[in-house]
Amino acid sequence: MDALLFLIFAAIAVICGINLVVQTHPISSALSLVGVMGALAALYLLLGGEFIAAAQLVVYAGAIMVLFVFVIMLLNAGTERKLAIRPWGKYLGAPLLILFLGMMAYLIQRILPPSSPVVFGAFQGGTPAEIGRSLFTVYLLPFEVTSVLILIAILGAIVLARKEVD
Amino acid sequence: MPLGPVPAAVPPSWYLMLSAILFALGVLGFLLRRNIITVFMSIELMLNAVNLSFVTFSYVLKRVDGHIFSFFVMVVAAAEAAVGLAIILTVFKNRQTLEIDEVSTLKN
Repeated sequence: MDALLFLIFAAIAVICGINLVVQTHPISSALSLVGVMGALAALYLLLGGEFIAAAQLVVYAGAIMVLFVFVIMLLNAGTERKLAIRPWGKYLGAPLLILFLGMMAYLIQRILPPSSPVVFGAFQGGTPAEIGRSLFTVYLLPFEVTSVLILIAILGAIVLARKEVD
Repeated sequence: MPLGPVPAAVPPSWYLMLSAILFALGVLGFLLRRNIITVFMSIELMLNAVNLSFVTFSYVLKRVDGHIFSFFVMVVAAAEAAVGLAIILTVFKNRQTLEIDEVSTLKN
C-alpha cells in the first residue's frame, strides 16, 4: 500500500514537473507547479513529516503560488515565443541529463546505508511538538534571524515594486 | 531497481531518485524557458526537490533536523518569491517585456 501511494504521487510529481517545462503559457506552468507541490506534500506525509506537509500546502501551494498567479495576471503574460534551442544544447543536453541522473543513482546506492523500506508511521519525530521543541532550543538563533530576513524581504519588495528604477 | 510485482514498501533511495529527477527537471526548465516567470518557477521546483531530499534523510537518520532545514528553505523561498516577483514587476514596468533574452543590460 505504501509503495502504491509512493508510485502514484511520484508519477503525479514527475508528470506535473515535465508539464511545467514543456508548457508555453506561464499560467499552465504555475498550475503544474501546484500539482508538484501537492504531490510532494503527500510524500512528506508518507515520510512522517506531518508539520512539513501542512507547511508545504499552506506556504508553498497556498501563499507563494498565489503570489505567482497574481503576478502572471497583473502582467497579462502571454505565450512564449517559439523555442530556438542551440545545436550544442540539442545534442549534448539529453546525454548530460542522463549522465547526471545515472551518477546520482549510483551515488545514492553507494552512499546510503542499507535501510529498511519507508513505512508510514515508522518515524514519529515530525510532529509539530517535536519541530517546535527543536526550533526553540537548538535552532533558536536561526529562527530569530529568519524574522529579520522576512522583515528585510517585505521592505525590499515594497521599495522595489513602488519606486521607478531606471 | 527490481521490476515486476510491486513491493509492499519502497526503500528511501527511491525518494532520493525522485528528488534528483525533479531537480533535473528544474534545471531543464531554468535553461530552456525564456519567460522570466517560468524561469523563476523552475527555481522553486529545484528548491522543492531539495526539500524532499532533506525530509528523506531525516527519515533515514530518524532525526528531526532535516525537517527544520526544509522549513527554513521554505521561509527563504517565500522571501525570495516576494523580492523576485517585485523585481519582475519593476523590470516589466520599465521594459514592457518578460523575455529574459531582451533584458541584457549587464551583458558585455
